[in-house]
Amino acid sequence: MPFTLKINGANHTVDVPADMPLLWVLRDVLDMKGTKFGCGMAQCGACTVHINGAATRTCVLPVSAAAGASITTIEGLSPDGSHPVQQAWQEIDVPQCGYCQAGQIMSASALLARTPNPTDAQIDEAMNGNICRCATYIRIREAIHVAAGKGVAK
Amino acid sequence: MTLTLDRRDFLRVTAVAGGGILIGNWIGPRNASATAAAVFEPNVFIRITPDGAITLISKNPEIGQGIKTSLPMLVAEELDVPWQSVTIEQAMADRSKYGSQSAGGSTATPGHYDSMRQTGAAARQVLVAAAAATWGVPASECTTGGGSVHHHSTRRMLGYGALVDKAATMPVPELASVTVKDPKDFKIVGTRVPGVDNAAIVRGKPLFGIDVTVPGMLYAVYHKAPVFGAAVASANLDQVRTLPGVRQAFVLEGGTSLSGLLGGVAILADTWWAANQARKQLQVQWTDHSTGQQSSGGFSRQAKAFAAGTPQRNLRSDGDCAAAIAGAAKVVEAEYSYPFLAHATLEPMNTTARWANGKMEIWAPSQNPQSGGQLVSRTLGIPEGDISIHMTRTGGGFGRRLNNDYMVEAAAIAKQAGGAVKLVWSREDDTQHDFYRPAGFHFLKGAVDAQGKLSAWQNHFVSFGEGQGYVASASLSPTDFPSLFVPNFQLDSSVIPLGVPTGFLRAPGSNALAFVAQSFIDEMAHAANKDPLEFRLDMLAGHGMMRDGERQVIDAGRIRAILEAVRDVSGWAKTRLPAGSGEGVAFHFSHRGYFAEVVRVSVSADKKVTVNEVWAVGDIGRQIVNLSNAENQVQGSVLDGLSEAFGQEITITAGKVDQSNFHDFPLIRMAQVPAKVHVDFIRSDNSPTGLGEPALPPVVPALCNAIFAATGTRVRALPLIKQGFSV
Repeated sequence: MPFTLKINGANHTVDVPADMPLLWVLRDVLDMKGTKFGCGMAQCGACTVHINGAATRTCVLPVSAAAGASITTIEGLSPDGSHPVQQAWQEIDVPQCGYCQAGQIMSASALLARTPNPTDAQIDEAMNGNICRCATYIRIREAIHVAAGKGVAK
Repeated sequence: MTLTLDRRDFLRVTAVAGGGILIGNWIGPRNASATAAAVFEPNVFIRITPDGAITLISKNPEIGQGIKTSLPMLVAEELDVPWQSVTIEQAMADRSKYGSQSAGGSTATPGHYDSMRQTGAAARQVLVAAAAATWGVPASECTTGGGSVHHHSTRRMLGYGALVDKAATMPVPELASVTVKDPKDFKIVGTRVPGVDNAAIVRGKPLFGIDVTVPGMLYAVYHKAPVFGAAVASANLDQVRTLPGVRQAFVLEGGTSLSGLLGGVAILADTWWAANQARKQLQVQWTDHSTGQQSSGGFSRQAKAFAAGTPQRNLRSDGDCAAAIAGAAKVVEAEYSYPFLAHATLEPMNTTARWANGKMEIWAPSQNPQSGGQLVSRTLGIPEGDISIHMTRTGGGFGRRLNNDYMVEAAAIAKQAGGAVKLVWSREDDTQHDFYRPAGFHFLKGAVDAQGKLSAWQNHFVSFGEGQGYVASASLSPTDFPSLFVPNFQLDSSVIPLGVPTGFLRAPGSNALAFVAQSFIDEMAHAANKDPLEFRLDMLAGHGMMRDGERQVIDAGRIRAILEAVRDVSGWAKTRLPAGSGEGVAFHFSHRGYFAEVVRVSVSADKKVTVNEVWAVGDIGRQIVNLSNAENQVQGSVLDGLSEAFGQEITITAGKVDQSNFHDFPLIRMAQVPAKVHVDFIRSDNSPTGLGEPALPPVVPALCNAIFAATGTRVRALPLIKQGFSV
């Protein structure tokens, strides 16, 4: 059935089953590959996007639940990679394989939008749902602090 | 003096040159008269066009180890061009052009450190010769810098782009004949260079195998038997074909090799989700297979039965262990074991394959793409020349993607379907059809003499295999530490047959064996009432390069250096720790790299383990290629080791894997990560070597030794969460 999704400021109408997870609508129907598949049961956070500003796992989110909401994916976090979190990730040279990093960046940017200067404990709590198999966690923490220093526009 | 040239001048100079060439670099003899035909010669890593654009081709698979950045750094350094001026291009898999292309064993740095530098230096030498010929001056009067050749006395310079035409007509020297830089003149190598794909990664660009799209492709799932090696007897394909979005469903018969194409059911649909949904309605009758008789509990019982009897084989026997144990001041007996482990790369196994006009085109995240091509050729009867393989960025390897089972599955499905297919495994497929780090059992007896020295070490190692052979990654070298350092040393072995596929997990062998050796050494140190770090140093004292016959095994001097360094940087034994806290140390040598690590933990009354801080000191030779990535690799390896020790275990019940996803095969998460993981390198006068693996093995025993120091409880089996701890 048809759903209209507001993704990165643009409306997309898709004709898909109501229970199809938003992740697969993004990846296979809209060809937006930045949001990643890792586990399919909200365990790893690779599929994280912002739904009305909140970090949300899309691998278990039916498309019907996302219709009408404001959806931001990694492709839309900034027009040109200039979001402070994206900049900090590059400054600190966070990625190893890089597969989880879109999800990490979406969780980190959602954290900073509501907690502009998080403590390590707040970072640990907000980022605990995002697995990095290469375990770049120490640089992720550091990069979040660097991004906080740059200031994240709400 | 240095001549400066602004950007406009550079463009004007380069604009006069016409035509583009490749400056090729060859390993081995070649004709002196280079022509444009050289473009097609093998081992082409550098492309310079008349506009001055410099493209460096990265030959190996990028799996997160940073090779796509570090190998081109070596080339750019010797080509003498600014790093910011080069573009990196990923090579196709092509043995005839690039030689071996694989990611495994931390071998790429030692295997390419000289040749990649020579490749850049040879190209630079040709460009210098081209400029010298243009100016009619001796090449020896010319220098390079900033991507240009300079003749200082006449204040002339030519950008590399402007020299392209001339350089194309000149001979390229043999690599062995070229002069490379003195490392003190390095401008790129040894600095901190961010990963070349970082900008694309943080923007969510489609870099990975799972992101590949081919026009008209269908999405596929492939359902294999839960019991390894079982085949399809029957399946309700007619029903599955009627489900929403499903285009095709068929059985692939497969063969018997666990690392090849196994039998299963392919479901192809318009989206991956539709294919995976249809799979939930799939009903398959599987054939019986003898592996269905195997279980983890059975393996443990078999191991204990072996331990009670006579070992199948003796692997090494120095001195007289029985006599030393009989005359010892103290004897310790212990059983150690560790579980099977999965790799759990975050990007699940996947491959996109297109079968058209008798050609197979493949896009795969593989650590070993050439071998994958051979497997596809052999399995499907397609000549290797009709198979092309694109090497995508790979969302984690850790050894899993040395096997190309998923590649041959995708190719077989594409061939059967007669078109383009993207096969993606579910996380459950990935967890339950891995090539597992093999479990193992060690029945140890150690002795210290009246002087508190380790006098005997006896191990009955029960592993998996048949006859004289071990399954993949399940062997133990008779010269592994503490062999050669103990006067009375005995290593025996027995093997249990195994139908579960095993393979290489980051620091294979070492990731388990260091846990056993460095934990039991710790037990012996405590038995001798010695400080565990000093006990190790005492064992190493007076030794240099240890040999087994002629073969160099391990350098005791390099171990001492890293142990002393980690003692000093961590404040070992000098730091007052709160009650319930402890520190542990371990070292290990693997993949040509030496690492010593100290872990500091606190353990609460209810046995919750918190790792507070880790110090890692490594010796990987005289030169670190990319310092930023080097530190990242070490920190990642340390945390990866903690992750394995904390909670990871694959168990087998009736030939099937019990675990399925991250809820029951947990990976380390942010809240479990220590505040600090310190990384230091000792620059010893040894050849530079790789860093994907050697920092991992010591952290597991260092952690367990710290837990002992904190609690008095010795961890002899992993993971911790199965030993009454929480993390």
